[in-house]
Amino acid sequence: MTDSDNIIFDTASRIFDDLSTAEVINEAEAGTWPDALWQAITESGLNLTWVPEDNGGIGATMLDGFAVLKAAGGAAVPVPLAETLFAGWLLAQAGLQVSAETATVASGELSLVDGKLNGSAQGVPYARNARQIVALVETAGKVQVVQVATELCEITAQTNLAGEPADNVSFSAVAVEQVGTPVEGFNGENVEAMGALIRCVQAAGALSTALELTIEYSMERVQFGRAIGKFQALQHSIAAFAGEVAAMNAAADAAAEAVARAPSIDHEAWIEIAAAKTRLEEAVNNGAAVAHQVHGAMGFTYEHSLHHLTRRLWSWRDEYGSDVVWARRLGEEVLNWGADELWPRITAVTDGR
Amino acid sequence: MSVTRFRFPFVEMPAEATQLRQEVREFLAEERANGGYTPMADCWAGGLSAEFSHKLGQRGWLGMTWDKQYGGHGRSFLERYVVTEEMLAAGAPVMAHWIADRQSGPQIIKNAAPEVRDAIIPRIVAGECFCAIGMSEPGTGSDLASVSTRAEKVEGGWKVNGTKLWSTGAHGPGCDYMITLLRTSPLDTSARHKGLSQFLIPLKSEGVDVRGIADIGGQVHFNETNFEDVFVPDSHVLGEVGGGWNMVVGELALERSGPERFLSTFIVLQEAMRLLVNNPTDQTKEVLGQVVAKIKTLRRMSLGIAGLLQEGSSPEMEAALVKDMSTNFERELLEKLRRILPQNVLYSSAGLLPTLLREGVLRVPSSTLRGGTNEVLKGMIARQLGIR
Repeated sequence: MTDSDNIIFDTASRIFDDLSTAEVINEAEAGTWPDALWQAITESGLNLTWVPEDNGGIGATMLDGFAVLKAAGGAAVPVPLAETLFAGWLLAQAGLQVSAETATVASGELSLVDGKLNGSAQGVPYARNARQIVALVETAGKVQVVQVATELCEITAQTNLAGEPADNVSFSAVAVEQVGTPVEGFNGENVEAMGALIRCVQAAGALSTALELTIEYSMERVQFGRAIGKFQALQHSIAAFAGEVAAMNAAADAAAEAVARAPSIDHEAWIEIAAAKTRLEEAVNNGAAVAHQVHGAMGFTYEHSLHHLTRRLWSWRDEYGSDVVWARRLGEEVLNWGADELWPRITAVTDGR
Repeated sequence: MSVTRFRFPFVEMPAEATQLRQEVREFLAEERANGGYTPMADCWAGGLSAEFSHKLGQRGWLGMTWDKQYGGHGRSFLERYVVTEEMLAAGAPVMAHWIADRQSGPQIIKNAAPEVRDAIIPRIVAGECFCAIGMSEPGTGSDLASVSTRAEKVEGGWKVNGTKLWSTGAHGPGCDYMITLLRTSPLDTSARHKGLSQFLIPLKSEGVDVRGIADIGGQVHFNETNFEDVFVPDSHVLGEVGGGWNMVVGELALERSGPERFLSTFIVLQEAMRLLVNNPTDQTKEVLGQVVAKIKTLRRMSLGIAGLLQEGSSPEMEAALVKDMSTNFERELLEKLRRILPQNVLYSSAGLLPTLLREGVLRVPSSTLRGGTNEVLKGMIARQLGIR
């Protein structure tokens, strides 16, 4: 994914720079829906990036969508853009219609009885702001994608570490608007993996911006008679941070490309996602630590915008399976390869398919 | 403010490279099975076997990317990448030819007099002639511009006096030449990078004394080389007199992002896996997941740089970042494995895995030093980021 020459990435970045300002993000956290931002997103069609063209989409690729999400993560956009894309992707997996409205994906203990959805889901991102909720229902050997109107569900407001909505939703005999069967083999693991990948891509963007803020601040802030960036101790910290940012972008790109190459999330793509989400641990831990250390007390204030990025990073690494959970999954996979297949499986990524 | 500073494009191996990979794997499996080599950690800086290197030469796996008109094989950078990463992953003894194949050969082709080039390159390609690097000196360390070994102009050539240090492999059989950075004009403290030149010095010349230095594991792999009134003919100056610094900088960039920076300890992981599969605890899984995630990411980055080099870019910052992270990873891998391996592996001195682990632990301090310390690299990264 080469974001730099991606027109959609540039368009998205421009819109976010103008409309996802520190003030807008703070107001959103306080409960004000950023209408102008969402309108600009829908007018430019960014919310339709993953909708197939014959279904009302804008003719963009999977990678374009990931580029949008990277830019969105980098701008800490306080709207359910990632969730809307995710929901649209999930609907498309079952050949269902995708609308331009806000949407989110719910995962939980769900069942479908006589065309009515029952059960509950915790920590559903932006549920209160989404017009539609899309979920995968797995019951006794049957897997279905369903869509319901949020207004028919009961929402209990919760937030994640970044103050983004992460609501609990309960469904009691909610009438289903659409239901469809995804391709054979598609299940909740695929949905979780896609969620994990989305968070990795957003995090890669957020880390990139946090690095830029850190570099800028280190050149502006004067202490002991010189810019703090002139001190070797800080230079080395920031260089290490740059490494984390580069690595996370590389890992997220590798996973996004693997998903884009496959018709859905195949096993190879799942491995790339597991690696990316695992890699997120150190990228976030080390990266956010340096960002805050360099910014000093200023960056620890609510007034400064660094926390829009770092709080999201700390939250995203936990969502859709924490980095440690994914490390164990990947480790289990590696044990299944065994010693002699370890290296061949690592090189298989580049060796054609 | 979304910025993408770093670029590591996806590289897909062409069919000829994947085909080549199979050939290399078959060769390595056969060699290992019939005792042609015993896997070792840090094999590219410690696995000295002129015989093995000669076999690679016979297979056409040395000087792969060099132009055919000079005796090379005219193959792609990616094909060379495949051969080198396979050798490293297998822990094969590739030290003898490593320097000549990676950097001396390209330097000779680019900068040597035609008759010198034609006499040496085909021998390197055949795995019969190896090279060492004479950059550092006693007291020089990371501050390369401080070198003081000098070459004075004499009739028909130069007279060299001084001492070079840390020249990997200079003592080995078949190591015939050292590409040596020498001061050819008196030191100008306001422009220390000027007045340096590179020479191709035959190590069998009169007045050259190569003395092996044992590392902390007791193995001699690097050297101190004394030059006492050594005569070097004019034909053995590389490039322009006074142009040595730029050549050295270019050479170091070639060194930086190859697979040898993250795979030096991979063989320890592979052999450890034979035990670990029997004890699939959460901790084992966690460690394996973490290290494999890192290897995959580092390989992606390293190959991305190879791709950029192939298309003619010079991704200096990316290369420095990758070397910094990769070499730290080589150590981290061993430390993580220690947590999950059985006690008897950790304190035994018998058997392949304990030997590999010991080799790794004893050799890995060198990872973050050689080819520019990680502190120097971080300084370069900071400069590229604009803060220094």
